[in-house]
Order: sequence, then structure tokens, then C-alpha cells
Amino acid sequence: MIEFRLPSLGADMDEGTLLTWHVKAGDTVQRGQVVAVVDTSKAAVDVEIWHDGVVGQLLIEPGTKVPVGTALATILAPGEAADPMATATAPPPPIQKPTVPTSPSPTPKLAPETAEKAITPTRRPVTPAARRRAQELGIDSDSVKGTGAQSSVTVADIEAAASTQKSGMPAIALASSTPAPSAPTSPADRAKEMRKAIAAAMGRSKREIPHYYLSETIPMALALDWLAKYNASHTIAERLLPAVLMLKAVAVALKRTPQLHGFYVDGAFQPATAIHAGVAISLRGGGLVAPAIHDVGSKPLDQLMRDLTDLVKRARAGSLRSSEMSDPTITVTNLGDQGVEAVFGVIYPPQVALVGFGSVQTRPWVQDGVLCALPLVTASLAADHRASDGHQGALFLAELRAVLQQPDTLAEAVHKTPPQGDPT
Amino acid sequence: MKADRATLTEGALTVLSTIAPEVEPQDIDPARALRHQVDLDSMDWLNFLVGLHERFGVEIAESDYAGLITLNDVLDYVQARLK
Repeated sequence: MIEFRLPSLGADMDEGTLLTWHVKAGDTVQRGQVVAVVDTSKAAVDVEIWHDGVVGQLLIEPGTKVPVGTALATILAPGEAADPMATATAPPPPIQKPTVPTSPSPTPKLAPETAEKAITPTRRPVTPAARRRAQELGIDSDSVKGTGAQSSVTVADIEAAASTQKSGMPAIALASSTPAPSAPTSPADRAKEMRKAIAAAMGRSKREIPHYYLSETIPMALALDWLAKYNASHTIAERLLPAVLMLKAVAVALKRTPQLHGFYVDGAFQPATAIHAGVAISLRGGGLVAPAIHDVGSKPLDQLMRDLTDLVKRARAGSLRSSEMSDPTITVTNLGDQGVEAVFGVIYPPQVALVGFGSVQTRPWVQDGVLCALPLVTASLAADHRASDGHQGALFLAELRAVLQQPDTLAEAVHKTPPQGDPT
Repeated sequence: MKADRATLTEGALTVLSTIAPEVEPQDIDPARALRHQVDLDSMDWLNFLVGLHERFGVEIAESDYAGLITLNDVLDYVQARLK
């Protein structure tokens, strides 16, 4: 039997309100199927299941607010018989009493699968950083429930425990006794909640991640000429935005610097394989989400454009999927439309890098010793010093500049992802 | 297809409201830069033009984007190609 737990849908989420179940006990479910809708401070998110199986029991009722990691339902693996305890002989476990996590887990998991694997610990290692933090805050780390790998106690667990002690209200009580706001609140409240969530995640990022920043001015004449030709030969609905070329260029350039691409979890860097680029999307009326476009490296440009259009639309309509919220491996932010020259972003934990683009502007530039006017863009990199250093960051930006000078290659990089050390 | 200016304006504002639902059509000054008034990013702007294309069946070349600044510019452009 598998427990289907509330996944973390980003660093800025530590609890969510279950709005609707799309399944009932006995339903067959497939990996990737949307089984519930959960309201976070940012949006109602379609939550996907990560196992094939049959729904055993629904443990949480719609309208209930629960911490990340709470078991929402039991799932029987394919071929697994229903638990006799759950079906006939024993009374069903009481609803609304999540049995596992006693503290919210602001530490985002590598992937929903990981979140779901956190089973009751037999031993609870404490990360060195968490031990130090526990001392600073006067918390007994042995009394804290771990949510990290192998249920280890993380800094986030310690901080969550400290804030719970301060407020005098254990998280579990919050989950079961506080009357849950059963529906999204007013837009003003929503905006306030979202601002709080962003502040918490970004505050944590700035506290915990030793950022370093690099920037590079990139000539865009070749890329924009290529784009103008492409767009002139396509209908308006098929046209590409420069942002799509930049997104693709980031994915191609990342091939040689895997240190910038992945997660930093529990004191160790875990490189990612596929490039799921989180795209920072500003919401009308304020706030920001950065859901992922999956596997940018292997998608053709026209597919990326359709994905980006769809993602922006759904982000603003508030219908994102849980996998999009939880698995970006790097974030790309494009503030060019606002006319800023450059953006130096704050890394979205547990990611280890963020790439920013300012606006494309015609400015003076020296090429082959000659002063000329060219469209230029400033690309920036904010990266986590625990996972990489400036040398690798500089290599990445140089590669980014190089691939943007070869728009044809970029368009072709669509069918086969270039191998490491690709010549030309 | 011929369309009078009022019909065109209403159509364009309807398209705009699907992209920026918070906009009050009566607040739009047709002689001022539209993207600045409504805070449309390049994706919104493209979607706006795609919406106009679908509604009025008018081709809008990318090379003409630079001349489309105000709502009046957009309406003039569409009107000229409807006749």
C-alpha cells in the first residue's frame, strides 16, 4: 500500500487546502493523472498522482487545510489486494487526522516521488546545518520530525519546529482543528498570502544560498534576423517570441555545465538530467509563479512556443499542474518587456541557479575593432556557490552567448540534443 | 467584410479583455500607447494580435508591429485591410 501525500508545490508552500477529489475509493488511477485540486497561497493546483494503482481510501475531506507531506489517500499498487483492515473488519481510520508529519515541511522535495517515500522513520539523522540551527534556536533536534532524505532532520524542520513552539500551536492542531477556508479567499487576501509566501521562500533563499552573480552582454542581431525570417514565413499564430529562443539557448548551453542545473538538498547537490525550465510568470494583479516547461532541451522551438503560451495562460487562469510547480530544475526570468537592462534574480530553492534576461536594446558595441550599433541583451546568472563557482558560471554564459550566435543550430538542436563537447 | 469604427473598437476591446480581464474598456485612451496603459508583455501583445486576426480575418505582418502603438493605430490598420 502506498500513501499518497500532499506534495510540496514549490519552496513557498508548506500547506494546502484540499478543494476537490477527482477520484473515489476503488477507482483505478494512472501515473500522471490529476486526482485532486489543492489550493495553495498562489493558485488552485491540479495534483497528479505518481503511481499506477487503485485508490484505497481518501483520508482527507475537501475543505481541510493540511501541511505538506500529509497522507491524503492510500493507493493499492497494481495487483495488491485491498487491505482487509481498511475494507471490512476494522473501522476506517478517522478522516482529517493526518498521522505522519507533525510539522509542515517547507523543504521542497526533489520530486513528488521522494515526498511520498518519506515513511515513518526508524532513525532520524540530523544534518550538520540543522544541528547548528537547532543550537542557535534552542531546539532539541531529537524531538523534531525529519522530512529530509531518509527522514533526516533538516534546517527547515528545525525552523518549522521553532516557529511552532513560538506560536504555541502545533502544526497538527492547525491541520485538524482550524476551520479551513474552504474556497479561495478574496483577491486582496490572496495577494497578501501570495506576497507572504514569496517573501518566505525568497527570504530563505537569501539566508541559506550563497549567491554569486555574473552577467554577459550578448549580441542578438543574428538571432533576431533569424527570428524575423522565421516569423515572416509563418502565420501569426505560429510566430515565435525571442523569449523562446532564449529559453532554448539556456537549455542547450546548460549541457556543458551540469553544476548549474539540479537541486541542493540536505547538504548535497543533486544534478538533474532533463532540463525542466521554470519560467517566471507575473500574474495580472500582482504576484509571481515559476512553473516548469518540461524537457526544454529536446523540444523543437515551435513546441516550446506552444508550451509557453499554454503555461502563461494557465498560470494566469490558476490551473497549473503539480508536476509543473514542483519540478523546475532551473529558473529563467525574462524582464525584457519592462525595459530593464538586466535582472539579477533570487534563486528559487532547492534549485541552484537562475538565468535572467533584460530587454533587447540597440546600443553601441565594438565588433572586430569597429564601433557599431547592435541589438544587445544582458544575460545574468545567479548561482549557488555550494554547487558551482564563478568559473563554471562564466563558461555557461560564454556558451549561452555562443549558441545565440548560431540560431540555425538552435533550431536544429530540436531533434537531437547535442552531446557533451559537441564540436562546431 | 466592412465594419464601422464602433464595431471594430468593440471587437478589439473584447479581445483585449480576454487577455487583460481587469481592464475597464472605457478607461482606454485610444490615442495613447496601448501596451503602457494596459501593461501587456510581448506574450500578451502577440495574443492580442492573434485574437484580432481570428476575429477580423486580417493578416498582421510582424514587420508592421512597430507601427502599432495605440489602439487607434491598431484600428486603422485593421480597418484598412478589411476594405
